[in-house]
Amino acid sequence: MDGANMKEIGPIARHTISVIVDNEAGVLARVIGLFSGRGYNIESLTVSTVDTAHETSRITVVTSGTRMVIEQIKAQLDRLVPVHKVADLTIEGDYVSRDLALVKVAGVGEKRVEALRLAEAFRAQVVDASRDSFVFELTGAANKLDAFVDLMSELGLVEVARTGAVALARGSDAL
Amino acid sequence: MASTDLKENKASDDEQTGTAMSGAQMILKALTDLGVDTIFGYPGGAVLPIYDEIFKQDKIKHILVRHEQGAVHAAEGYARTTGKPGVVLVTSGPGATNAVTGLTDAMLDSIPLICITGQVARHLIGNDAFQEADTVGITRPCTKHNYLVKETEHVPDVIYEAFYVATNGRPGPVVIDMPKDVQIEKAEYKRSGHQEHRTYRPQVDGDDAALRKAARAIAAGVRPIIYSGGGIINAGPEASELLTEFAKMAGIPVTSTLMGLGGFPASDHQFLGMLGMHGTWEANHAMHDCDVMLAIGARFDDRVTGRIDAFSPGSTKIQVDIDLSSINKNVAVDIPIIADAASALRSLIKIWKEEKLSANQPPLVAWWDQIERWRMKNCLSYTDSDKMIMPQKALERLQHHIEGKQAIIATEVGQHQMWAAQFLKFDKPNHWLTSGGLGTMGYGLPAAIGAQIAFPDRLCIDVSGDASFQMNLQELGTISQYNLPVKIFIMNNEYMGMVRQWQDLSYDGRRSHSYSDSLPDFEKLAEAYGIKGMSVEDPAKLDETIKEMIEHDGPVLLDCRVAKIENCFPMVPAGAAHNEMLLAGDVIDKPKDDEALAVV
Repeated sequence: MDGANMKEIGPIARHTISVIVDNEAGVLARVIGLFSGRGYNIESLTVSTVDTAHETSRITVVTSGTRMVIEQIKAQLDRLVPVHKVADLTIEGDYVSRDLALVKVAGVGEKRVEALRLAEAFRAQVVDASRDSFVFELTGAANKLDAFVDLMSELGLVEVARTGAVALARGSDAL
Repeated sequence: MASTDLKENKASDDEQTGTAMSGAQMILKALTDLGVDTIFGYPGGAVLPIYDEIFKQDKIKHILVRHEQGAVHAAEGYARTTGKPGVVLVTSGPGATNAVTGLTDAMLDSIPLICITGQVARHLIGNDAFQEADTVGITRPCTKHNYLVKETEHVPDVIYEAFYVATNGRPGPVVIDMPKDVQIEKAEYKRSGHQEHRTYRPQVDGDDAALRKAARAIAAGVRPIIYSGGGIINAGPEASELLTEFAKMAGIPVTSTLMGLGGFPASDHQFLGMLGMHGTWEANHAMHDCDVMLAIGARFDDRVTGRIDAFSPGSTKIQVDIDLSSINKNVAVDIPIIADAASALRSLIKIWKEEKLSANQPPLVAWWDQIERWRMKNCLSYTDSDKMIMPQKALERLQHHIEGKQAIIATEVGQHQMWAAQFLKFDKPNHWLTSGGLGTMGYGLPAAIGAQIAFPDRLCIDVSGDASFQMNLQELGTISQYNLPVKIFIMNNEYMGMVRQWQDLSYDGRRSHSYSDSLPDFEKLAEAYGIKGMSVEDPAKLDETIKEMIEHDGPVLLDCRVAKIENCFPMVPAGAAHNEMLLAGDVIDKPKDDEALAVV
């Protein structure tokens, strides 16, 4: 009503957005180019084919911005020609979101035992083991993964590979 | 055999049933079947197979430009005047990169274009081959969509889909990158049968409840206004008629963006002129003071709003746009309606009649009184001279001489463009070609060429400036080759006038590199191309010279030497609100702070 400056209204919030796209060459570049070209944040982005029969991929992007910016992001995504659907999971109800991390830890003796014990507490799987190293696989919310990596940093952390979030709405309906 | 859905060229369909065709032949067939009559292009290595097919046929006319940027602007001029998509053909590498400015221009002004670019053969892609560029990568952000065709049998479907995408929803440019070996390889000409994109379906009709809410809000308004934009032109001539019908019915004032001029008759008393940075006093004040605003096919561009937190405070804003991303982008809208402008106006008229809203409408007498008071400011007035031609005067006289001639006007970018928007009057859509969003100097000459190709018998004028003209002056060759009777009206003030104006207003008059030194003798330049060249400097001879230019049967370049240091007013200065306009003769302060200076 007051036509005030849109850019400054409201707090900055994090949103998880699901995008169903045609699985065609360059579609990921279109999405990423839109974010970089218009100056939007990408906190994480994952993409994979989810339905080969229909040749579609699902992109899950975690972004942040004011209400106006988030609305713009969704509208801009929606007008890309190969985009079928855009859903803002953060505002459309409950959803589950998971990241995956592979964490390599090297060490012997007490530190090695402690690393394994913590991994069990975090329900991480051992997916590779040698006499002086482990690779743990861990899924969960981003902050759980952060906590685990943080603990491992004192126990011989070598390197980490992480995905961004993948997310689905709770309940029986599809996007 | 597909193509049963096509009406044109049945005979050629039957002939080619089941026969193998080269990719290049498929391109020509698909374009012909889609009703394309003109291609603007420039040949090169990677499109030789297509040019060979062009040589062998006579259904599609090819216009040879002198630079690929010119091809794209010419296609824009063709598209803007005919309402049909413009078609461009350029080669790989530099051909494609030269087209980028034109594509970006079409993207920002929502002009439907198909640009076919040659590409190196498939096995060479990624090898830094001769004249290779990553065309789909480079043009991704400056096209509505683009394609790299990797399978020859996909050629027909890609072309049909590209036309659908370019012309439906918010129009825009589409690039089809065609590797040279795809142009040569033979395959069966097959159509999958559907004309449109697999999933892309823009919304055309607005939500009924929102439209009703909008109609009632307009009817309840004490100070309503319609703010119309380029979307009215893109929605076709019917949208302009509906806009006029609705505005008349409701008795509401109408203002228009630069891109929307001609969408509502300029000669109508309800028209307030253009709004925005160089808009009229009455339009900007009415926008600021209105209580209900119907924005239709307009996107609250920063050149329209001025300082955004002071833009039209207190009004209920209704926005009709076919593109969801145009809504709530810069300005918060109260009633958003996703729809084609013509469809929305048709609904608004229907609802207005159904609900007899005129009966509920408060009298707008006080509002119109106020508007008349603003009008009396006579904001476009200037001090005339008998020693030199004032640029405003030149355009006033040009308007006088083209009155009733249905002239098509193209412009370049700068002061002359704003003066043309202020002083030339457009009563019909599709008669005004200008680069609004991107502000591309060098747009007007090729755009006028495109319009003249589409309408060989109409009066087409490029209102130009001395600096802009030099950005695509090579297209004089195209004008000469096809003997296009384009009139080039150069308002020569020996400056990049708008740059000079800003330097004078905001940079203490330090005219850094804005003087057009070493200008050519434009008259002789025209003559070198076999075009009639003229010049005028004496105000007493202005009328007869303009008359002679218009009456000459063939192309003319008129070097109209105007006053050198004249500023374009009204002007909303940097960082000011849209009702804080400067008029000729005002004492002008420098911008208040760096933030204001940055709002260029």
